[in-house]
Amino acid sequence: MSDRTTSTRTPVRENRISRTAAMALMLLLAVYFLLPVYFLVVAATKPQGDLASTNGLAFSHFDLFGNLDTLFTRSDGIFGRWALNSVLYAVLGAAVGTLISALCGYALAKFRFRGREFLFSVILGGILVPTTALALPLFLLFSATGLVNTYLAVFLPSIVSPFGVYLARIFAASAVPQEILESARLDGAGEFRTFFSVAFKLMTPSLVTIFLFQFVAIWNNFFLPMVMLQKESLFPITLGLYQWNGQTARAPLLQESVITGSLVSILPVIVVFILLQRFWRTGLAAGSLR
Amino acid sequence: MTDLATRATRVVATTEGRRRRHNGGGPRAGTIAAFVTPFFLPFVLFYLVPIGYALWQSLLVVRRTGGQYGTSYTTFGGFEQYTQVFQNTEFWGSIGRIGLFGVVQVPVMLFVALVMALLLDTPLLKLKSFFRIAAFMPYAVPGVIAAIMWSYLYSPQLSPVVDALKGLGLQPDFLGPGAVLWSAANVSTWLWTGYNMLIMFSALQSIPQELYEAAKLDGASNWAIAWRIKVPIIAPSVVLTTVFSIIGTLQLYAEPAVLRQISSNISSTFTPNMLAYTVASGNNYQQAAAISVVIAVITFVLSFGFMRLTSKKAGL
Repeated sequence: MSDRTTSTRTPVRENRISRTAAMALMLLLAVYFLLPVYFLVVAATKPQGDLASTNGLAFSHFDLFGNLDTLFTRSDGIFGRWALNSVLYAVLGAAVGTLISALCGYALAKFRFRGREFLFSVILGGILVPTTALALPLFLLFSATGLVNTYLAVFLPSIVSPFGVYLARIFAASAVPQEILESARLDGAGEFRTFFSVAFKLMTPSLVTIFLFQFVAIWNNFFLPMVMLQKESLFPITLGLYQWNGQTARAPLLQESVITGSLVSILPVIVVFILLQRFWRTGLAAGSLR
Repeated sequence: MTDLATRATRVVATTEGRRRRHNGGGPRAGTIAAFVTPFFLPFVLFYLVPIGYALWQSLLVVRRTGGQYGTSYTTFGGFEQYTQVFQNTEFWGSIGRIGLFGVVQVPVMLFVALVMALLLDTPLLKLKSFFRIAAFMPYAVPGVIAAIMWSYLYSPQLSPVVDALKGLGLQPDFLGPGAVLWSAANVSTWLWTGYNMLIMFSALQSIPQELYEAAKLDGASNWAIAWRIKVPIIAPSVVLTTVFSIIGTLQLYAEPAVLRQISSNISSTFTPNMLAYTVASGNNYQQAAAISVVIAVITFVLSFGFMRLTSKKAGL
């Protein structure tokens, strides 16, 4: 290889060939990633009858609004309820989760105390614990305390994110200079005031990152709500659509609502995603540092 | 921020005289506890206690007095549940499937992610941010929804993909007994390639450009720079994504559970997690707890083992 590249003519040709090959490969992969979403968009605009009879990748009779109407009025508007539940679980859970992660990560980064490293390693170990392995024992514990089949059964375990603490510690260490804390202390500010008035502002961009990661984790969660909830009115979207999808064999007309519902549930998150891109990158970059 | 910092140093300098220190300059233990407890208490309650509870449950057995219709009671059974797990052919079946899945899907996904990350880090491509977003976008899609979307693309009645392949004279059966595992693997690959790619890409971006200059002057090709310089430097990120992928594979539930709704070739014990859930649904919580513990232990051993193995190889 090095023999070939040392000559002066070949690199140019090699470059053009590899340029074309690289673009072709990436375009192919982009098609792969976008195809299912494109299919979903097309399918969500079709009347049920056209699903099987027309080409899945081509638009036919445009009936998106009819489908949305059916989706949101089916079973007394249960889908709207599921959407609201998902928003509640994810927004509140991620907000509370980010706050407690920030407090703990900040303390781990900025305070010296005995057992600090031990505490941090226990939390790091928590990142490796498969959360689905926790769901079944949690179900038993929650049924003993009467929490099963309530909002809290899904909400409470969702606020705990060891990965959030890990990120918060890294971000607090780099974003909050020690001198500022010292000076705030000398001015007589309590630790909590210092945290909320000084550190919190400095950490805000990273807190958005932590919030986003936890939001998506809760929004996408399926196993925990499935184990905890029987009452349909408490379901998040994922569990609701899963249940509908299981009924399509008996009630084929549900198919169109499963498709439209899937689209409705992923579009807002994808948009937020694209808008807040830079926050993802900070988080992923920090995640790759060790 | 620099402004704040200079102000802070000035304040520190002027107040040097009336500096008061209590136990080494840090806050009091009570204050520290107030910062740490809001996270740590729920962490103990919803992470550590369930682990302990599962361990305890897995050591219990339910016995009956007086035959089939006698009263049942729970008692300490030692490792009896674990013996049952290891004698259960369905358990080994699920481990075998997940092992096969992991050995093929994880390397394929990470290799594609690595190639994409390396290409995005070269001047070869246009439309870079489009490719990045397109690949990362599936991360926003819940596993259940992704599996539902793909199940329409697998379905013989609705899928344009099946239609296209039939047009080429093929007879694809994505939900057949041999193929369905790989159909589930494809959903996982679709979901996680972009996420892993971005982790590797972020690591690549943090390498200083000067590192390549010398190699470029020596006439090294992009190819050589990528595989001989870049890949070794970002090896820790590759290890990290591998560990996360191992954890994810062992937890597999949503994707096969959704495909099970349209394919009879996925049993209720297809993956270890599905087995645990099925056993728990039959009210055999002690057995389910033992299965959960075994899954968690395998996860730990594999992810730590992999980290140890790779750090030894790299001589760290």
